[in-house]
Amino acid sequence: MHGVRWKLAASLAAVLAIGTSDARAQEKVIKVTAEKFKFTSSVIELKVGQPVVLELTSLDRKHGFLVPDLKIDETIEPGKVTRVRIVPDKAGTFPFHCDAFCGSGHEDMTGEIVVKP
Amino acid sequence: MTEPKGRREFMQLLGLGGVVFASGLAGACTSIPRKSGGPENDFFFVQLSDSHWGFSGPPNPEAANTLRQAVQAVNGLPVQPDFIVFTGDLTHTTDDENERRKRMREFKAIVANLKAPVQYYMPGEHDAALDEGKIYQENFGPTHYSFDHKGIHFAAIDNVSDPKSAIGDAQLDWLLADLKPLAADAPIVVFTHRPLFDLAPQWDWATRDGSKAIDLLQHWKNVTVFYGHIHQEHHFRTGAIEHHAAQSLIFPLPAPMSLPKKAPVPWDPMHPRRGLGFREISVDESRRVLTLKMDSLEGQGTAQSRTAVGTY
Repeated sequence: MHGVRWKLAASLAAVLAIGTSDARAQEKVIKVTAEKFKFTSSVIELKVGQPVVLELTSLDRKHGFLVPDLKIDETIEPGKVTRVRIVPDKAGTFPFHCDAFCGSGHEDMTGEIVVKP
Repeated sequence: MTEPKGRREFMQLLGLGGVVFASGLAGACTSIPRKSGGPENDFFFVQLSDSHWGFSGPPNPEAANTLRQAVQAVNGLPVQPDFIVFTGDLTHTTDDENERRKRMREFKAIVANLKAPVQYYMPGEHDAALDEGKIYQENFGPTHYSFDHKGIHFAAIDNVSDPKSAIGDAQLDWLLADLKPLAADAPIVVFTHRPLFDLAPQWDWATRDGSKAIDLLQHWKNVTVFYGHIHQEHHFRTGAIEHHAAQSLIFPLPAPMSLPKKAPVPWDPMHPRRGLGFREISVDESRRVLTLKMDSLEGQGTAQSRTAVGTY
């Protein structure tokens, strides 16, 4: 395979990619932790066209990471790293939340991905 | 969202402090049937939802009283309903299992004062999602079930015991088997906690595999869904199926996606029970026309604005 060939979904974010390890190594990695009842960081800033990998980990129990507008739907299991690759193709603010019910503050476990031009 | 035409028209206020909404079960004729014989074959039931017993906080400083007030209000109806259905979030969740059991016991003690002879309960995610319904079932029995009442088939679907809000294929298989013997035009009423359709996934107002349930239900012509979860009255249509959300008994939430972030509507000491209430559902003798009325716990003078039925 010559170069890098990206397969982009119709949605804003493309999670599937076929590429070289060099290209992957250059991608920005953003670590996000989940715990009752917050994400750190709860605001994830990205730039249009800049691929990033979110590394999601849980500090306590199973959580969810649902970004409906980007069609990202992940489960974050304790002891595992869940990686999500995103290539933003337009600016905007896209809310996310934990969608694995985790207790009395579950509804507050929210955040947003802010994509800047 | 578009407003429906024909028989699915709204009727404006009839009672005090409530809004009346005529909802034809899909497949009915375009006018409300009125056969001879009078209303003696009509019946009605009451939907209560989202009492969140055990909640405390600024959105409702009177939370320790609200459920009791609702029981009192239902008991005060001129005629008692044939049955009451409580569409979930009976209790507010807590990580402490003993406290969760205590809240359910306390809830049961309060609703034991309801005069209505028959009561059906179902879980919300606050009751069931932390232990996949274990403690709920200890107290209230199965989380999904069906029953028949005076010519209508009722089915309660559990879309909360799975912490990621899936109904699951096993339950969908059960639902299909449960409905299969029914004629295509049989009147069917479905109870859920969460909306089956994607009302606002960004606010967790959806069911992960709700579209499967809707696809299944579409095979019958006369299906109406009543649900809770969103703490406000809401009417929506997917194909021939109407979906009606009820107000809560703890605090109202804002209209879907009307704010950047979902949060309870701030408590108003001048109107401490504003936005809280329960629903009466009257069924005419044809079993094809339902009349919905929200009763406010605030009492008189709380006419609510009309709400459009959206099209999916």
